[in-house]
Amino acid sequence: MLFVAGVNHSLIVVVIASGVAYGTPLLYASLGELLAERSGVLNLGVEGMMLVGAVMGFWCVQRFHTTSSVSLAAAIAVAAIAGAVMASIHAFLVITLRASQIVSGLALTIFAGSVGLSSYLGNDLNLADQPAAHAFGPVFPASVRSWPVVGPIVFGQDILVYISWGLVVVLIWYLNRTRLGLNVRAVGESPAAADAMGIDVAAYRYAHTIAGGAFAGVAGATFTLAITPQWVNGITGGAGWIAIALVIFAFWRPELCLVGAYFFGALQALAPELQARQINLGPTALWTNSLPYIATVVVLVLISVGNTRRRLGAPAALGIAYTREER
Amino acid sequence: MQLRLERRLNQPRWLTVAVPAASLVVAFVIAGIVLLVTGHNPVDTYRKLFDAGFIQQGALTQTLVTTTPLIFTGLAAAAAFRMRLFNIGAEGQLYLGATTAAAAGLYLGGPGSTSPLVIAAMVVAGIAGGAAWALIPGVLRAFFRTNEIITSLMLNYVAGYLITYLIFESESYWRETSGFNATVFPTSKPLPANAVWPSWTLDIQGGVVVPLGLLLGLATAVGLWFLYGRTRFGFEVQVLSDSERAARYGGVRVRRKILAVMAISGGIAGIGGASQVGDVAHGLDGDPNGLQKLGYGYTGIVVAALARYNPLATCLVAFLIGGLENAGNTLQGADFPAGLVGVIQGIILFCALGGEVLVRYRLRVVREAKEPKPTAAPEAA
Repeated sequence: MLFVAGVNHSLIVVVIASGVAYGTPLLYASLGELLAERSGVLNLGVEGMMLVGAVMGFWCVQRFHTTSSVSLAAAIAVAAIAGAVMASIHAFLVITLRASQIVSGLALTIFAGSVGLSSYLGNDLNLADQPAAHAFGPVFPASVRSWPVVGPIVFGQDILVYISWGLVVVLIWYLNRTRLGLNVRAVGESPAAADAMGIDVAAYRYAHTIAGGAFAGVAGATFTLAITPQWVNGITGGAGWIAIALVIFAFWRPELCLVGAYFFGALQALAPELQARQINLGPTALWTNSLPYIATVVVLVLISVGNTRRRLGAPAALGIAYTREER
Repeated sequence: MQLRLERRLNQPRWLTVAVPAASLVVAFVIAGIVLLVTGHNPVDTYRKLFDAGFIQQGALTQTLVTTTPLIFTGLAAAAAFRMRLFNIGAEGQLYLGATTAAAAGLYLGGPGSTSPLVIAAMVVAGIAGGAAWALIPGVLRAFFRTNEIITSLMLNYVAGYLITYLIFESESYWRETSGFNATVFPTSKPLPANAVWPSWTLDIQGGVVVPLGLLLGLATAVGLWFLYGRTRFGFEVQVLSDSERAARYGGVRVRRKILAVMAISGGIAGIGGASQVGDVAHGLDGDPNGLQKLGYGYTGIVVAALARYNPLATCLVAFLIGGLENAGNTLQGADFPAGLVGVIQGIILFCALGGEVLVRYRLRVVREAKEPKPTAAPEAA
């Protein structure tokens, strides 16, 4: 028994277990971005959409007093809607008005991000400095969670983690085995050909960009309702950008998003864990905090060395507006 | 009836001014609706905003303080975005410029009156620091085709942690280590007297203080305008942004251009950092709630986009947005929630983007010709 407790408190198990928790918002956000990108729309506003989802989800839990599970389910729905509304602005600008996808995405992050709407809502609704009325907790009983190794890592998580696993399976099936999913890929690879087949390119792009926003909203709520159940301005701390990078690491495939998300989640979990254990390796505060960001750069470089875009699986029409008349 | 976008064959010049101006107006209307929905009086809020930004005693002085860094970050964004090189790392490049400029000022400075030599050294150091930080994503982009948007942004976070570390978590050269205050709360080492940048007072509105950084910013804008509008370099950048293939075919060395433009962009942001040290903080501001909270680098993107990446227009827009930012900082409180200014900026940017469509395309109302009813009448007859 003592041995079991020892294993479960070892640095590696703790970091992996909390890496899964920290990686979950990255997973939701990157799956959402993957959907949008597979339809050919690059949305750099993930960070902003996540923050608005985070603040609105938290607001819902604080304001509507019902049972815990109803309240949390409603909060997730509200967060998803908030993210979707943000994404629809981007969708309108880049699909209907053909604005630059890069600048529009940056605009969305500035509009909704830590100095914009999310901060405004957080202040105006007085959400700061209070603990969440309800938060997601572990699903399985303590006896199961204390099993060695798999206990904390696999069974110690909250329901959002298990839903995200289901989502990965659903997306793999959707993109590879359904008519709709194949159409999405056609729209992302060659909108002209898809259009000729009778697929409504704009409708597909709208739907997937907005769905991507909903995922990002849920990702944000994961922060305020599960990881640190409170609202702090700018709580996502760049996770939205890491999620965008993750889609590239994952070669636009959902199953690899899962792997990447947990890798980066573990890097994020490392900093507080090392500090808590008073393990000092050089300027610890500096390099452990910077690690996820530096790792993002390094992995991005490794991936871009010696690989062509085609082999990596980037949708060929990613970032390009489609107009029937201007081919 | 149906709305259709048609590409304009020639873009009227007046539109390039009218569209950004109209974007501002529309943005304030939309933000007013946001205010109404969240239970604030928009007219009242806007009056306070303009009062605090431009009109009341001392407002202009404060507005120029926020305008100065925005000119630099706006120019940094404009310089890179013009080549479709999306350097969104001006934030981090500004921090690095501040770090190197502070080091130069601390090392070379001494007692006595303002020394142009020390200040020049600080500017050069700032350029070097900012350019070096920008060249990391620049080199990665030029040699490995790594997406510069993500890498430059990631480095902003690293730069933020770096300056916080220098002041708060280490006994670095930039940190004050002696004296009573230093033992109570970590502070930066103050600049020696002759390294503090001078300022001039204009006799309007009871004295408006013009910092040296503002003049440097205006000079940089003129320099950038000349470089991009009147030289071979600028022309090649323009060709490269329109078509990389055409540029390659015309003998433009693409890698060199990427490196040069990133260095220019980062260098300009770096002067902004030097100005923060010399004009404002008189030391390296490593406080996570200080310089890093202001987000000048990100606001610079708004400035550049609204100015349509024109260096001279950037200065004007920086002044307007600077006033807005300043008002937001002064008014922050219960009846003026923080974040409102960011919301307005975001809406301005959306409107400018949407308005861009009107510059490039003509909006036409198409009345669909009534199609003959598919009746069976002719056959029946």
